[in-house]
Amino acid sequence: MNAGELALLALIIPAVGAGLVGLLRAQPNLREAASLVTGGVLLGVVMRIHRAVAAGEIPRLVLAEPLPGIPLELEVEPLGMIFALVAGSLWIVTTLYAIGYMRGHHEKNQTRFYIFFALAISCTMGVAFAGNLFTLFVFYEALTLSTFPLVTHAGTDAAKRAGRVYLGILLSTSIAFQLFAIIWTYLLTGTIDFEMGGILEGRAGEGVVAVLLALYVFGIGKAAVMPFHRWLPAAMVAPTPVSALLHAVAVVKAGVFSILKITIYVFGIDFLTQLGASVWLMWVAAATIILASLVAFRKDNLKARLAYSTISQLSYVVLGAMLANTMGIIGGGMHIVMHAFGKITLFFCAGAIMVAAHKTEISDMRGLGRTMPVTCAAFFVGTLSIIGLPPAGGTWSKWFLGLGALDAGQVGLVAVLMVSSLLSIGYLMIVPVRAFFSPASNPHGHGHANGGIHEAPLPSLIAIVITSLCCLALFVYPDPFFQLISMVAGP
Amino acid sequence: MSAHLPAIQIVVPLLAAALCVLVPWKRVSWGIAFAGSVTAFFAAIGLLSRVLDGEEIRYALGGWAAPWGIEYRIDAVNALVLLIVAGIGVVVTPFALKSVERELDGRRIPLFYGAWMLCLCGLLGIAITGDAFNIFVFLEISSLSAYALIAMGSDRRALVSAFRYLIMGSVGASFIVIGIGLLYVETGTLNLADLAERLPALHGERTVLVAFAFLTVGTSLKLALFPLHLWLPNAYTFAPSAVTAFLAATATKVAVYVLLRFFFTVFGTAYSFEQLRLGVWLLPLALVAIFTMSLVAIFQGNVKRMLAYSSVAQIGYIILGVSFASVTGLTAATLHLFNHALMKGALFLALGCVMYRVGSVHIDALRGLGRRMPWTMAAFTAGGLSLIGVPLTVGFVSKWFLVLGALEQGMWPVAALVLVTSTMAVVYIWRVVEAIYFGEPSPRAESATEAPLSLLVPTWALIVANLYFGIDATLTTSVAGQAARTLLGGAP
Repeated sequence: MNAGELALLALIIPAVGAGLVGLLRAQPNLREAASLVTGGVLLGVVMRIHRAVAAGEIPRLVLAEPLPGIPLELEVEPLGMIFALVAGSLWIVTTLYAIGYMRGHHEKNQTRFYIFFALAISCTMGVAFAGNLFTLFVFYEALTLSTFPLVTHAGTDAAKRAGRVYLGILLSTSIAFQLFAIIWTYLLTGTIDFEMGGILEGRAGEGVVAVLLALYVFGIGKAAVMPFHRWLPAAMVAPTPVSALLHAVAVVKAGVFSILKITIYVFGIDFLTQLGASVWLMWVAAATIILASLVAFRKDNLKARLAYSTISQLSYVVLGAMLANTMGIIGGGMHIVMHAFGKITLFFCAGAIMVAAHKTEISDMRGLGRTMPVTCAAFFVGTLSIIGLPPAGGTWSKWFLGLGALDAGQVGLVAVLMVSSLLSIGYLMIVPVRAFFSPASNPHGHGHANGGIHEAPLPSLIAIVITSLCCLALFVYPDPFFQLISMVAGP
Repeated sequence: MSAHLPAIQIVVPLLAAALCVLVPWKRVSWGIAFAGSVTAFFAAIGLLSRVLDGEEIRYALGGWAAPWGIEYRIDAVNALVLLIVAGIGVVVTPFALKSVERELDGRRIPLFYGAWMLCLCGLLGIAITGDAFNIFVFLEISSLSAYALIAMGSDRRALVSAFRYLIMGSVGASFIVIGIGLLYVETGTLNLADLAERLPALHGERTVLVAFAFLTVGTSLKLALFPLHLWLPNAYTFAPSAVTAFLAATATKVAVYVLLRFFFTVFGTAYSFEQLRLGVWLLPLALVAIFTMSLVAIFQGNVKRMLAYSSVAQIGYIILGVSFASVTGLTAATLHLFNHALMKGALFLALGCVMYRVGSVHIDALRGLGRRMPWTMAAFTAGGLSLIGVPLTVGFVSKWFLVLGALEQGMWPVAALVLVTSTMAVVYIWRVVEAIYFGEPSPRAESATEAPLSLLVPTWALIVANLYFGIDATLTTSVAGQAARTLLGGAP
C-alpha cells in the first residue's frame, strides 16, 4: 500500500471506528475499547505516512472528479503532515480522557457522542490531507457539520442557541467569503491546486490579491479572527473533551492551518511580501491577539477564559502567515503544534476540575492545589507553554514569530507579542498560583478540602499527565515538527 | 422501435391516462400509471443517449412532414428536460400509491391517476415538440390536469388555490397563444425551426416585438418568475403531497425550458439579448426574487409553504444564469433545472412521509421527529444541505457554475449576492432541522413511527441522486454544457 492510499486509510479508519462504536452501543466497555483501538490504528497509519513524507515524498491520490478539472484529491505535504500528526496523536489521548470524563460526569447519549467525535476526526484528516482548494473546502464544511451535534450535545436551550451561533458563523463565512474566493481564484488561474510558490503570481493585480487574501482570512471562520470569533466561546457548551480536542486542536487548527496553507501554496510568500497585501491583516491579527486577551481577563468561567485565550493564540498563527517570510511561517507552523499540546492540557484540567471538584468558576478554585495537585501542576505546565516560557514547547513558536516580525521590519508586532505574553501570565498563571498558594475558599462546601486528595477519574488523569509531559518534551525535542515546517518555509 | 421513441414518449402516458380512468379499481389504476411512467422514463433515457451521441432527432408525427405536420425535434436541451420530467415521474408515482390513498377519497383515485398521467404527458409534450402551437396545446393539457390535481388536496383551501392558479395560468396561456398567433401572422409558420430561420429578417417589426413581449410575460407567469409568482405558494402548500413533489420538480422547469427555447432558438440571442437587452431586465428580477423570497421563506410556519417560497427563489437562480446569456451562465441554468428538481423533489417527498404519519407539515408538527422517523428526517436534512449548496451535493455544483458565470461577466456583487443568499437558505433550513432534532414532540408526533418503505425508497432514491450527481457531476455538466452551446447556436 503506497502512502497515498494510506492517506485515504487515515480518513476511513475513524469513519469505520464510528461504525464500530454504533454497533457496540450496548456494551460501553467494548465500545470504548473500539474507540481506543481505532485511535491507535490511526496514529500508526499517520506515523507510516510521516516516514514517507519526511523522506521527501509527497503522496497523492485522486478520489473522484465531481466537476471536470476539479478533482477531490488527497495530497500529503509537510504542513498537512504536521497537522495530521498533532490531531492523530491527540485523538487517542482525548479518547482516554473522554472515557473518564463522560462516565464521571454521567453524560447522556454517549454513543452518539463517540460516533460524531470519530467522524469529526475523519474530516480533520481530510482537511490536513486536502490536495486542492476544493477538497479543503469540502472537508472544512464537513468538519463544521459533524461537530454540530457535539456542540449541541446537551440538547438544552443554551446548547441550541450556541449551536445556532456556531453553525451560523462558520457556514456563512465559509460560503459567502471562502467559496467566493475559491471560485475567484479558479477564474483567475484556471486551477485550484496547491503549488509551492503559489498560483496567483502574474495572474492577479495588487488590489485583487489584497481582496482575495482578506476573503480567505475572514472566510476561514474557524481561525476565529475578530470579528468572526463569537462561535468559539459559544461552542464551549459542549462536553469538555470536545472543547479540548475540537475547539483547541482539530477545528480551530483546521482554520489556521488552512490560512497558512493558502498563504504558502496559493499566494506564495515571496509574492505576498513583494505586494505588501498582507500588512493590514497583520494588524487585524495583532488586534485580535490583544483584544481577546483583554476579554479573557474578564471571564471568571474557566472554559470561557480558555476559549478567549485560544482566540488570541490562533491569531499568532494567522500573524505568522501574514508576515509571509520564512521565520513567520516556521513560527506559525510550530505554534499550531505547541498551542495544541498546551491548550489541550489546560482544557483537560478544566474538565477534571469540573468532574472531581464540581467547579467551573476561577474564583472558586483557590486552594484547589491541595486536593488536585497533579491536575493543578499540569495546568501550570500548560500555562508555561501558552505563555511561551522555558522549559515548555511554546517557547519556540514565540521565538520564531518574534524573529519573523523583526525580519518583516514590524517592530510594533514584536511589542504586541511581548504584551500578549504578559497578559497571558496575568489571566492564566493566576489559576495555578491561586490553587497552590491561596487558602481554600470554601472548606465546608462540597468537596474534599480536608487534606484528602481527590483527583479526576484515572483515565482522565493519565491523559492529563501525557499531554503535559509532551509540552515539556517539545521544548527539548521539537525536531520532527521543525524539520517538516522547514521543508515548506523555504531557506 | 427505437425510431419511434419520440412518439412512445408521449403516446404511452396519454393512453395510460385514458385507461386509468376506465378501470374502477384504484390499485390497478395506479399500476397502469406506474407502467406508463416507467415506459416514459426509459424512452427519455433512450432519447438522451441518442442525443449525446451528437444526433439531433427529428420525428414527423404520424408521418406528416413539417411544416404541415407536427415535428418533434430533440437536442441536448429538451432531452435533458424530458429526462427530468420522466425521471421525477418514475420516482414519485410509486410514492403516490400509499400517500394518495391516505390523502384522497378512494373513489377519486382512478381520476387522480388519469389526471396524473395527463399532466406527465403534457409536460413531456411541451418539452419534446418542435411546433409552437403544439407547445400551447400541451401546456394546456398539463395545466388543466395540474389544476385538477391541486384541487384534490385534502385541505379545503386547495380548491381556492387551484382556482387562483387556474386564473393566473389561463392568463399566462392566453398571452402565450397571442404571442404564437402574432408570430404566425408575421411568418406563416408554426414550426420552431422555420420560425428561427424567418424571424431574423423581421427583427425590426413591431409585431415581432409584441409577440416577444406576450410570450415572455406568459411564460414568466407559468414559471413563477417574481413578481408573477403569486399563484405558486398556495398551490404547492395545499396540493396532495405527491402532486407538490411532482409539480415543484417539473412544471416550472418545463416553463423555463419554453422560455429558453423562445429566447435563444426562436428569436435568437442577437435579438433577445443584444437588440432588446433582455439581460438588463431579467437580472434585477432574478436578484429580487432570490433575495425577497428567501427572506419570506424564513418566516413561514408551514414547511411546505416555506419550500414553495424557496422554489420561487431558486427559479430566480435559474433566471439569473439565463440573464448572463453566456455558456457558463446557461450551463448553470440548465444544471440547476436538473439539480433543483432533485433537491426539491426529495424535500417535498420527505414532507410527504411526515404528512402520511403525522398528518401535518407545520413546523410544530415536525418537532422531535428526529427520533421517531430517523430515516425520513435524515433525508430532509440531506436534501436541505443540498439546497444550501454544501459541497458533494448537487446544490454545490449549481452554485459553482452560477458564481463562475457571474464573475466571468465581472459582476462580482452579483456573485457575492448569490453566496450570501445561500446563507439565507441555511437559516430557513436549519430552523426546521433544529425543530426536528431538538424540539419536544407534539402528542401526534409522539406516537409516529417511521414511514413505510414504499414512501421511504422513492425519497431516498432522490437523496442518493442528490449525492451521486454531487460527487460525480461529469455527466450532468457535460449535458448542460452541450445544451448551453446548442442554445447559443454553436456546434453541439
